[in-house]
Amino acid sequence: MYGNDFAPPEDGPGGGLLGEVEAAEAALREAAARARRGGPAPDEDFAAYFADVIDADQKIEPRDWMPEAYRKTLIRQIAQHAHSEIIGMQPEGNWISRAPSLKRKAILLAKVQDEAGHGLYLYAAAETLGVSRDELVELLIEGRQKYSSIFNYPTLTWADVGAIGWLVDGAAIVNQVPLCRCSYGPYARAMIRVCKEESFHQRQGYEILHTLAHGTPEQKAMAQDAVDRWWYPSLAMFGPPDGDSTHSAQSMAWKIKRFSNDELRQRFVDMCVQQAEILGLTIPDPDLRWNEQRQSYDYTQPDYDELMRVIKGDGPCNRQRMEHRRRAHAEGAWVREAAAAYAAKRNSKEKVAA
Amino acid sequence: MSELFDFTLALGDDALITAQRLGEWTSRAPEMEEDVALANIALDQLGAARLLLTYAGELEGAGRDEDALAYLRGDREFRNCLLVELPNGDFGMTMAKLFLLAAYQLPLYTALSGCADERLAAIGAKARKESAYHLDHASLWVKRLGDGTDESHRRMQDAVDQVWPYTHELFTADPAAPVDPATLRADFDAVVSAVFDEATLTRPADGWAPGGGRDGVHTEHLSYLLAEMQVLHRAHPGARW
Repeated sequence: MYGNDFAPPEDGPGGGLLGEVEAAEAALREAAARARRGGPAPDEDFAAYFADVIDADQKIEPRDWMPEAYRKTLIRQIAQHAHSEIIGMQPEGNWISRAPSLKRKAILLAKVQDEAGHGLYLYAAAETLGVSRDELVELLIEGRQKYSSIFNYPTLTWADVGAIGWLVDGAAIVNQVPLCRCSYGPYARAMIRVCKEESFHQRQGYEILHTLAHGTPEQKAMAQDAVDRWWYPSLAMFGPPDGDSTHSAQSMAWKIKRFSNDELRQRFVDMCVQQAEILGLTIPDPDLRWNEQRQSYDYTQPDYDELMRVIKGDGPCNRQRMEHRRRAHAEGAWVREAAAAYAAKRNSKEKVAA
Repeated sequence: MSELFDFTLALGDDALITAQRLGEWTSRAPEMEEDVALANIALDQLGAARLLLTYAGELEGAGRDEDALAYLRGDREFRNCLLVELPNGDFGMTMAKLFLLAAYQLPLYTALSGCADERLAAIGAKARKESAYHLDHASLWVKRLGDGTDESHRRMQDAVDQVWPYTHELFTADPAAPVDPATLRADFDAVVSAVFDEATLTRPADGWAPGGGRDGVHTEHLSYLLAEMQVLHRAHPGARW
């Protein structure tokens, strides 16, 4: 692919988390290699077998029996993740036509293309649970399933493309790295692939901000403004505080989720502080400071009321993002119908010929 | 040298404007697989544009790099053919444009890969493989839409009728160029006729043949395209990105 032709910045982000992705991949292979019984014994309870697999850190595969609630939880989570990739193409796609150099244009095009690819294989992972992609797309279009609320914020300047890469992709990776060890095999495997590419995206975003922060005064101001606008929405990506999170406990027990929202949020903050220093940009939190006792940074929580408003549909771009997706889907209908009609004609011709 | 510069610049501009138009499709394709494919083709065209514009800048010897050529010229200085600057229209129109462009670029880059200029030959050798994929992809859609439903047939025929006049400019004779475009016409006609037949489409009659792109006289559309493409770069003179 063209355009990814730059050296990674020194001390750039991604190294440690990428190591964790690789460790998860190794663990996945080990789990597969460990002797597995291949299914419950004739007199064994299905539920006992399922619990046994989860306890042993083995993977549940599509052929295995699973509790209906486990299946539903996974479908919801994987579909929301897939929808987020597809809707997430819009805010960044907004800058492809105006990217300020041909190299940046190529990198951004490739990135948005990767997101379409992530959407495709996440929908494929969801399909292993017995739901079709068309059904899931319908649920998105009808507004009955959600996507990550972060994409309801606008990309107002070129620096927003950098801030999305550094902060939004950074938060996504922190969230997703533990999912590489998720108990459901197809999701864990999809996440390993997604995380590797996301880590590359995060580095590209960081590099955009680094260049801006070391550029003209106008460029540096543009970078700081973007970080000011994206910091708290990025913190909110980890979801409500642990006390208010509705799905967490059961997902932890099933080993779908491995860390709580607040644990992951803290991890993200700790990761960003040093990177912001290298960038020469300021995280917009006057109360951000190292806590020697906790060996972590104290920080100001995002506005969770705002998060709830955006989730409910009243963010700056909810209507615009949905309208865009609905229009693309509706305007493509005649093309999809033509492709189906053409394929049907070819099939019947082949049958006649045979 | 100026002849070679003009030729290289024209091909680079064709590729750049094609990439810019295809990029407009991002997140708007009729299906997700097509979003990936269109981005892929846009990336190929952009990659070829960067190689060609970089080389054109070197040939000129005035210190202009790919970005100076892409971002700091006005529409009267662009040398792309009119076909590529036409608005995307619906998906059928976009596929008609891409199909006809690829049916020209494939024999062009193939011929270029054997030309005496080493740099152009190397670019041609790389780009021809990509063009073969573009042609394959667009041909399949022209056939699907042409021989799909009544509505898709009507739209595809309409798109071909609208775009066809702009193909003549591609083959304007230029015997001094590394590859004379007039020599590519027979290949183009053969490919196009075969695909139109299979797609149950009628090849439009020749007649009106708009041109001028190679001389910097464009449609009204190009200036708007450039205004959008160049706005940020021009707002920060001398900045690095």
